[in-house]
Amino acid sequence: MLSTNALAFWVLAAITIAAALAVVLSKNIVHSALFLILAFVGTAGIYILLHAEFLAAVQVMVYAGAVAVLIVFAVMLTRRGDIRASNLYNSSYLGAGIVALGLFIATSLMLGRMNWTAGGGSMAANNVEAIADAILGRFVIPFEVAAILLLVAIVGAIIVARGVKEDR
Amino acid sequence: MADLHLLAVEIMVAVFGLGLLVLGLLVPRSDRRGIGYVTAAGLAGIMVITFAMRELSGVFMGGYIIDPFSNYFKLAFLVAALLTVFCSFDYIEKMGFNQGEYYALLVFATLGMMLLASSGELISLYLGLELMTITFCILAGFHLRDPKSGEAGVKYILLGAMSSAILLYGLSLVYGATGTVVIAEIGQVAAASGSTPALTLGMIFLLAGFAFKIAAVPFHMWSPDVYEGAPTPVTAYLSVASKAAAFAALIRVFFGALAELHSIWVQLFIALAVLTIILGNLVAIPQSNIKRLMAYSSISQAGYLLLGIVSYSVLGIGAVMYYCLIYVFGNMCVFMAVTAFYNNAGSDEIRDYTGLSRRSPLLAAAILFAMLSLAGIPPMAGFVAKLYLFMSVISQGYIWLALIAVLMSMVSVYYYLMVAKSMYLGAVPEGSKPLQISPGLKVAILASLLILFVLGIYPDDLTNFAMNSAVTFFMP
Repeated sequence: MLSTNALAFWVLAAITIAAALAVVLSKNIVHSALFLILAFVGTAGIYILLHAEFLAAVQVMVYAGAVAVLIVFAVMLTRRGDIRASNLYNSSYLGAGIVALGLFIATSLMLGRMNWTAGGGSMAANNVEAIADAILGRFVIPFEVAAILLLVAIVGAIIVARGVKEDR
Repeated sequence: MADLHLLAVEIMVAVFGLGLLVLGLLVPRSDRRGIGYVTAAGLAGIMVITFAMRELSGVFMGGYIIDPFSNYFKLAFLVAALLTVFCSFDYIEKMGFNQGEYYALLVFATLGMMLLASSGELISLYLGLELMTITFCILAGFHLRDPKSGEAGVKYILLGAMSSAILLYGLSLVYGATGTVVIAEIGQVAAASGSTPALTLGMIFLLAGFAFKIAAVPFHMWSPDVYEGAPTPVTAYLSVASKAAAFAALIRVFFGALAELHSIWVQLFIALAVLTIILGNLVAIPQSNIKRLMAYSSISQAGYLLLGIVSYSVLGIGAVMYYCLIYVFGNMCVFMAVTAFYNNAGSDEIRDYTGLSRRSPLLAAAILFAMLSLAGIPPMAGFVAKLYLFMSVISQGYIWLALIAVLMSMVSVYYYLMVAKSMYLGAVPEGSKPLQISPGLKVAILASLLILFVLGIYPDDLTNFAMNSAVTFFMP
């Protein structure tokens, strides 16, 4: 049983990482958006392995469903010119690659030396209730602040998107 | 049971911000200037209430700490917000901004800072940080007709997102290593288990994330462009209050949760402080735009503030708290004068400041004395503030660090006085008119100057309050 889980985890992790790399590396931004959906779905799969089914559903619906589709729409509505070269590179990818690789190795070495232990206590059978209790109980302040944060983001998006024409 | 009265200040600020948003839609276009006055009155009211409740302390829902430390920072944010509003009246009317949204966003940024100063738990800390950062992204790009402002907004959102990601990774590692998000509990777990690799790595990521937010070298590259491009009142608010808020959160996390690792992070903070003080001051010298000059100057100020963290002592925290407030008044005073000058002359270049002392003695004096305070020249309040910071590191045996800081303060006097030289000794440009400054801004500038003088001569009450708050916060 454990080995099936482990196998599923490695497959999902490989898919997620490959999709994430493809997001960054593909030259066509629409392909990037589609790979992003795959990466989100892979993450949702890992949530299911962790018995966080509700979170997995949220991940699929909100990220894979809404966010990625919105990105595709935004690209479709705003993009002018050649779609095949729409995802830009800058010239310093070599340096960035070296730094990222170094950081990855250092991080893996340090985290590999860590003796990780699973959090104590058993997983609640119905974790939707636990989440509801947490966000309207102990974590009510972050919850309310997230609401204000979203309001601010919406107001900001409208201000920036509406542009200057109407002020005149 | 939850004690909602502990959250009185935050709730008032949130409701006030929402109200401003609605007000901006209801008020006819011709009367929108009034929204600024309403904002100033509201912030002043909330400030008085916060001051009256400054002794309030308690913990809400196990993870949100109201104590003299957070109340002190909340007062500092409110003061900075109020001065920013005074600074904004003429500027944003001239620029044709959407006033209701502008003031509402300012208030929401203040709310984010309050959360940063008060949260004793990593999730609300992160959300407070995001609320502050995203609000500032919008505000920095508020000047839609100016490509520089757009550049500032985009730079801040990209680098802000990156630094938030780094910080978030650090937070997740700390949570993974200790199994809790409450700062006090992280401290206990870390004390019991000692330093583990994941905790150390998380600490390093957190340090990098916070260093971005306070614009410490080598994580400072966003700040000059953002400061130059953003609308001047926003720059003023960004440079003082967001820095103070990040310092408040940094103190809570590093002194509260990561005290066990302090022998490691003190070394890292020493490196950051030295780089920041030296580079910030040296690069400020060749700047020809006053907002870029102030950007580098505020980078170096972050370096001085880091000295208080390095000292890892009550004196250090008290010195940081005191310095933050003095820094609010000093920097806001300069920026108010810069805004008033820009409203008249339409320029931020230092060469256009020539002969300012004859065109507007008040503005020239405000810039001069506020800069002297920033440089730490007695009898201005900045002197006392810097003295405490330097004393805090000397008391821990870092005499060479204090020496570097003093030497670099002298360098800062040079570039501050270059501005003064241009203002006082330069010729008045041909055909220039005396400057028009609105009465509200005049009063705000004079009040800040007065406070800088008074706190420089009688610092005792404020320093005692800061030190007592620091003692309740931290007993090594």
